[in-house]
Amino acid sequence: MISKQEVQHIAKLARLGLTQSEIEKFQRELSKILDYIEKLGDEDKSSSTEVENIMREDEVKSQKSKVKSQKLMELAPETKNGYLKTKPIL
Amino acid sequence: MELENLTISKTHRGLVKKEFSALEICQAYLEKIESEDKKINAFLTITKDLALSQAKKVDDMISTGRKIPLISAVPCAIKDIILVEDVKCTAGSKILENYIAPYDATVIKKLKGENCVILGKTNLDEFAMGSSTENSAFFPTKNPHNLARVPGGSSGGSAAAVAADECIFALGSDTGGSIRQPASFCGMVGLKPTYGAVSRFGLIAFASSLDQIGPITKTVEDAKIIFDVIKGKDEMDSTSVESPEIKNWELKIKNLVIGVPKEYFTMPTGRQVKGIDPEVEKVIKQAIKKYEEMGVKVEEISLPHTEYALPCYYIIASSEASANLARYDGIKYGHSTANNPTIQQSNNLLDVYLKSREEGFGDEVRRRIMLGTYALSQGFYEAYYLRAQKVRTLIKNDFDKAFKNVDAIFTPVSPTPAFKLGEKIDDPLTMYLSDIFTISVNLAGLPALSLPCGKVDNLPVGLQIIGKPFEESKILEIGKIFEKNL
Repeated sequence: MISKQEVQHIAKLARLGLTQSEIEKFQRELSKILDYIEKLGDEDKSSSTEVENIMREDEVKSQKSKVKSQKLMELAPETKNGYLKTKPIL
Repeated sequence: MELENLTISKTHRGLVKKEFSALEICQAYLEKIESEDKKINAFLTITKDLALSQAKKVDDMISTGRKIPLISAVPCAIKDIILVEDVKCTAGSKILENYIAPYDATVIKKLKGENCVILGKTNLDEFAMGSSTENSAFFPTKNPHNLARVPGGSSGGSAAAVAADECIFALGSDTGGSIRQPASFCGMVGLKPTYGAVSRFGLIAFASSLDQIGPITKTVEDAKIIFDVIKGKDEMDSTSVESPEIKNWELKIKNLVIGVPKEYFTMPTGRQVKGIDPEVEKVIKQAIKKYEEMGVKVEEISLPHTEYALPCYYIIASSEASANLARYDGIKYGHSTANNPTIQQSNNLLDVYLKSREEGFGDEVRRRIMLGTYALSQGFYEAYYLRAQKVRTLIKNDFDKAFKNVDAIFTPVSPTPAFKLGEKIDDPLTMYLSDIFTISVNLAGLPALSLPCGKVDNLPVGLQIIGKPFEESKILEIGKIFEKNL
């Protein structure tokens, strides 16, 4: 069983707001799922998967990139002078 | 116009012979959706203007005597997690309720390139997380075979739309069974391609190492036609590859060897000692027997790590989801509380994140983000994520070993037929267990077909045909033999 503090800690890491009753609900549900996941046991004798990196140059390709970036900017809730606007970080 | 049993090649023939026009067929489907979808709720958005303009284009081509591709004017539906330019794409979530896709997904570009007609966007579990389409933030979809039952999920809207003859085919996405299980519940054909066979560019990401786009159709032939159109390497998706041709292979029934993994019929699920419904088992065994009677050799095989697939899947899929869904922050796009008066006063960026995500995400999505964040967090990473990755290799090795002796593997798609609406929605773990037969395939990156093979109490049951990497055409041929002999 994970603790309420752990649930709050994870929620903060995940940037998820939770109400008090939701903390208890998630505590119950996550504990049950984590118990099930414990089944993985000590099956720990294999090598890693084979993966290969696919690289490419980072360059502007589309002629229409201005129209496209404008479309993307239009989706933002707040913009100013062509930039996304956020609240101060510091 | 008779829409039942209408397939891609039948539509094509009708158009070429001028038995009907593209506009007529498009209108017939739009009317069908208008009258039928109040009951089924398969669609989230109808793209009437787009559909009619595409149909008109095909009629113009025909009238000027030009040759049209096979899928031209064929009406289809698209799971609302695949971007269609200038059309709303919600991913079944409040957080993207008003999001307008700024570009076409690669698969959509390919369909539009052959003038396929897009009728609308279909319902799904929020961000494709679920097995019943009940996790949609908007409304649940119903199974056309029985309106009290779920259509499966997460591509439940797509499967239900095809089954209700509201389109000829649909696109879905499959991360742990989300094409195959709804296809099975709705009595349709569903193909989950090999990982990398189809570009994921423009598919809203859930778990990037597992997600694949594929077709849901009425026949195996249609699944092959659509797969051949959408597959191929795409420079916009670095994990996509060109499917290699299968060399020196021709379907000879007498030479075919099929493996049936014993674990799928004996494995416990949850509290139940024996996971599979005995009636479903009977239907699956009868289908396998039918293949045997046609001369196919059937062998019992073992996939010993099968029981670890579900926990392994939920760690990997949730971990990837927690990273992929971090982009919904209320700053770049999607639902935002930045303009909400109380948040505006606070001048605190963290509050924007917390509140936007709290309001925008539903319970299942938040549950999986939390689970994934936990599995990736300091002190737990080795115990969960790393261990799951290692088990994933063991599961893949099981399949590699089995495929040394068999051409394909047969299993059930789901342990039960379509369950009742509301039956599992309050018990996340029981819901997860309904994916127990489909998730190994995603972990191993293999192609698999869901093929209707019988019914239990008038509810369809699907046979899963799993193939070696990039052997989609082989499993499709194997599916065709059954379809022909039905």
